[in-house]
Amino acid sequence: TIYFLSKTLAKPNVKNIVLVDGVRTPFLLSGTSYSDLMPHDLGRGALQGLLNRTGVPKEIVDHIIYGIVIQEVKTSNVAREAALGAGFSDKTPAHTVTMACISSNQAMTSAVGLIAAGQCDVVVAGGVEFMSDVPIRHSRKMRKTMLSLNKAKTLGQRLSLLGSIRMGHLMPELPAVAEFSTAESMGHSADRLAAAFGVTRVEQDEYALRSHRLAKKAQDEGLLSDIISFQVPGKNIISADNGIRPTSMEQMGKLKPAFVKPHGTVTAANSSFLTDGASAVLIMSEEKALALGYKPKAYLRDFVYVSQDPKDQLLLGPTYATPKVLEKSGLTMEDIDVFEFHEAFAGQIVANLKAMDSDWFAQNCMGRKSKVGVPPMEKFNTWGGSLSLGHPFAATGCRLVTTVAHRLQKEGGQYGVVAACAAGGQVFLPKYTYAQLARADTEYSRGATVQVFLVHSFGLFSVHVLCMKMTMCKSVQKHF
Amino acid sequence: MNQKTQVQIQCTTIVSLTRTHVSYEIKDDVAIIRINDPNSKVNTLSVQLQQEMTEVMNEVLGNEAVKSAVLISSKPGCFIAGADINMIQACGTAEKVSSLSSEGQKMFERVEKSPIPIVAAINGSCLGGGLEFAIACRYRIATKNKKTVLGTPEVMLGLLPGAGGTQRLPKMVGLPSAFDMMLTGRNIRADKAKKMGLVDQLVDTLGPGLKGPEERTIEYLEEVAVGVARGLADKKVPMTKTKKIQEYVMGFEFVRNQVYKTVNNKVMKQTKGLYPAPMKIIECVKAGIEQGPDAGYLAESQNFGKLAMTSESRALIGLYHGQVACKKNRFGVPDREVKTLAILGAGLMGAGIAQVTVDKGVNTILKDTTVEGLSRGQQQVYKGLNDRVKKRSLTSFERDSILSKLTGQLDYGGFEKADMVVEAVFEDLNIKHAVLKEVEAVIPPHCIFATNTSALPIKDIAAASKRPDKVIGMHYFSPVDKMQLLEIITTDKTSRDTTASAVAVGLKQGKVIIVVGDGPGFYTTRCLAPMLAEAVRVLQEGVDPKKLDTLTTGFGFPVGAATLADEVGIDVAAHVAEDLGKAFGSRFGGGNVELLKTMVEKGFKGRKSGKGCYIYQPGLKRKDINPEIEEILERFKMTPHPTVSSDSDVQYRLVTRFVNEAVLCLQEGILNNPVEGDIGAVFGLGFPPCLGGPFRYVDSFGADKIVEKMRRFEDVYGNQFTPCQLLLDHAKDPSKRFHK
Repeated sequence: TIYFLSKTLAKPNVKNIVLVDGVRTPFLLSGTSYSDLMPHDLGRGALQGLLNRTGVPKEIVDHIIYGIVIQEVKTSNVAREAALGAGFSDKTPAHTVTMACISSNQAMTSAVGLIAAGQCDVVVAGGVEFMSDVPIRHSRKMRKTMLSLNKAKTLGQRLSLLGSIRMGHLMPELPAVAEFSTAESMGHSADRLAAAFGVTRVEQDEYALRSHRLAKKAQDEGLLSDIISFQVPGKNIISADNGIRPTSMEQMGKLKPAFVKPHGTVTAANSSFLTDGASAVLIMSEEKALALGYKPKAYLRDFVYVSQDPKDQLLLGPTYATPKVLEKSGLTMEDIDVFEFHEAFAGQIVANLKAMDSDWFAQNCMGRKSKVGVPPMEKFNTWGGSLSLGHPFAATGCRLVTTVAHRLQKEGGQYGVVAACAAGGQVFLPKYTYAQLARADTEYSRGATVQVFLVHSFGLFSVHVLCMKMTMCKSVQKHF
Repeated sequence: MNQKTQVQIQCTTIVSLTRTHVSYEIKDDVAIIRINDPNSKVNTLSVQLQQEMTEVMNEVLGNEAVKSAVLISSKPGCFIAGADINMIQACGTAEKVSSLSSEGQKMFERVEKSPIPIVAAINGSCLGGGLEFAIACRYRIATKNKKTVLGTPEVMLGLLPGAGGTQRLPKMVGLPSAFDMMLTGRNIRADKAKKMGLVDQLVDTLGPGLKGPEERTIEYLEEVAVGVARGLADKKVPMTKTKKIQEYVMGFEFVRNQVYKTVNNKVMKQTKGLYPAPMKIIECVKAGIEQGPDAGYLAESQNFGKLAMTSESRALIGLYHGQVACKKNRFGVPDREVKTLAILGAGLMGAGIAQVTVDKGVNTILKDTTVEGLSRGQQQVYKGLNDRVKKRSLTSFERDSILSKLTGQLDYGGFEKADMVVEAVFEDLNIKHAVLKEVEAVIPPHCIFATNTSALPIKDIAAASKRPDKVIGMHYFSPVDKMQLLEIITTDKTSRDTTASAVAVGLKQGKVIIVVGDGPGFYTTRCLAPMLAEAVRVLQEGVDPKKLDTLTTGFGFPVGAATLADEVGIDVAAHVAEDLGKAFGSRFGGGNVELLKTMVEKGFKGRKSGKGCYIYQPGLKRKDINPEIEEILERFKMTPHPTVSSDSDVQYRLVTRFVNEAVLCLQEGILNNPVEGDIGAVFGLGFPPCLGGPFRYVDSFGADKIVEKMRRFEDVYGNQFTPCQLLLDHAKDPSKRFHK
């Protein structure tokens, strides 16, 4: 029956696309050992790690796609800088994508698209986030003065421009800590979401503690095998995440609310923390992978992106997307063996679980007849999650997918689902949400593989491909 | 701690008995007092509510198990909207009103001095008596809901905060802010209230969760308030600190005296002494601070009683009721909702209409004939919305999202989807006819054609229409986003559904609406024209524009007659005067229209051309009389008649012509009722609000006295001052009144 299922889930006339392997650097609290690096350094680490682990010949990689949220302006196409530094062929085009917390999910699904369209056979996708250093700018007024200064012709003009500088000009501009559209910070939104679903402080702390305990257990048991060691240039080798801190309910209960004061429930301990880290995956068409002699870890089959109201439903994406992707592929909640949901905030996860368990929510907000249903906790984020492992925004997506593959292998399951709300921690526009459905199969190995189901309207897609060709030509010209 | 709370919540007692407005529930040691008037959308401090509240307070304060209390409304969007106005009006004498006030004072004193902390949990409007109740509580928590507003609007009804407001507010927010609140009556949003110290804590509004957003938000507010109440009782939650510096500064008598003086002068300048309430408010505050609380509370209740008996208060309350009545659609629900509205002409008026339409979520097409005109119009809409962003009542994102519904264009594309077209093109019958024909060729059959004209009869415009039942007049006032009035004009052929639809659109735009019959100048322009004709005559008789303005504002008009003419546009005034002069003959005479025409010829078209009666310079607030106008006035000079040219006579000449024309409009059936007449005059033309409108003015001043004055003016000037029949009827029979 397993064989039969795998055949039906494959789509006619669409190539099977597989995850060969995935790696990540250790995820570190920002401001710790990585603090003197630049984003592309971490990206380089992940890409190099992927090369080492898979032994993929550099010249067969058709394309590299990398995600990032907070861009370093010097390396705006961070994909290219990281790839060159990691020793990939300078003939391999690379581009950068951004979609808040699901940027590397976007990198992966773009890769799937390139393969499905017949453009590529071998694509590397990944993402990096570096929160130890963020671009802090001069104020707009100061920038304007400085730019005018460049154009000033006479000494008199220059002096008058310099003379126009006031104290106010010197105030720096920090990256927005609020949602651009609603002027609300992510943590604040999470607190309101928790309140809307009546999620208590205790429930949130308990969930966060669970995440840390499970992560610790996975770390101790050596399950986090996607980690590759990273040698900080001129310093020591880092080989483990440093944000996993299982404490106690008492300790967590002592913290004051971080966003909504004084009565809020979201605290530093039940939120994901600012993290530095990078991840990468190797994606191929099934034929190519087999021809090269790989045993792929998973099929990547289907995916769904949904968006909703950025104010009140900012972090509810997983609830909306999960049933959609299941229904598209004719599966039910019961069929899924492994759930990996991105944990932006404990309150957000618990709120999503409550939403999935609510007929009222399904009927009034989703236009469904009855509730979505709740994933069983024994299948849910059992190796920790973003709350404990850390959440380098654009690197999380690949971690989730690789983890699903590894868990399916370890636990012997067949199908896995990845879901992530694009919550930019404190920074970005997270109205996009993303869910992937992964399915295990025993076809390639005794272990399990993951599938993420793919859908695309081909009419639309051909236009897309045309544009892509043009961009690639340009980028080739630029680089050579 | 949270677990403990959860367990505790289970042991609750619900006490309701037979009370209908106030109920309470005891959760452990916290009493939750809920207010909900079953007969109304809002809670008001009615006799019934106060009685039940007193009972509940007795029970709660008498219950030893209760350690703290929360006061909350079960209504979404309203905490307590104020005292019941009818209750005050029903009193009859100043003494009764005063005792009502002192009862309120006592009730809130009890709340203030309550041995247990009482927390006011505010969601929605918290106004007047509602605010006084809230500030008597120990602590205030408000939701960040847009509907949550706090304020003391009593002054707008010619009253004062009569239940301790004048005494507590200065202590809470400081003297300057308290005066600002009480003297302007403006609404204060929750975030501002927090900054001022009016509320202690804010609570977010919630989105949908396991229940609807409104329901859950109130529940959440209650949960937070219960936590705070318990914290206050346990002394775990500190009281909010007061602003020390301000308190220190206000400790000096000379500083306070300076504040009183400044406020006094400001009020006198603005009210010209025509409104007694602001002065009484200052008096009460001063009494409380300088002579102690006993004197303060006494002054408050006595002045409250006195104010309630003034004609100014009656007039303002009348306007309030009228405004409420004019915010209803008496023509029923239209068959079709207007989802796309097209506007022809992107001038001041057209763009203004676009602005108040597009921000209500209606797809708006703004069409002009030139790129320059269109660009100016779109800029105006942008600026209007962006000003709200600057005031932080809108986010830049909301602004952009609103503007995405506005389409600016030069052709008729998309008109096939329009449900209503409002034309705001030049006031010329031929142009209007041409436009009407062009539009009718492209719009769908159900589409309504509304014409925005200030004087052309609608039936004349509709004469060019293939479907006159869909033609209606919608007379907006400039600037559209500021002026509340919309005058809707129906012809004999306009269908009821068309009218219902126009009223529905106007209400959506936030307008106060009067629906009047067709005729030259309809109602508003027709009332204004004789007054302006008289104003021109007054100018010709040698009164300079500044003096004319002083006389009119001294009577209570917010804008002087000369300034008003400049604002409206001298060319428009000339146009209207000529048109209506033709329609109504010598009765509309007085000043010489040629004077206006000469001004127009010289380019003195009013503010828009930089020169009119005054000179307008950008950036300058001060305005000087246009020196070149003196020569014109000299040319048209007339000799004043000494018997009717005293300052007071000049004022009455202006006002009686206005009032007489208004009454005539009612007599002729242009007006449906006196209420709409009063609302139209006050909200559209700035008739003195303290007089409540022409009809209320006839009632309060006496029709006989008006007729007497008019007869005296008639002897000098003739039929322009002949009182109409209806006015004569009222003069003959004093029992006849326009308002009961």
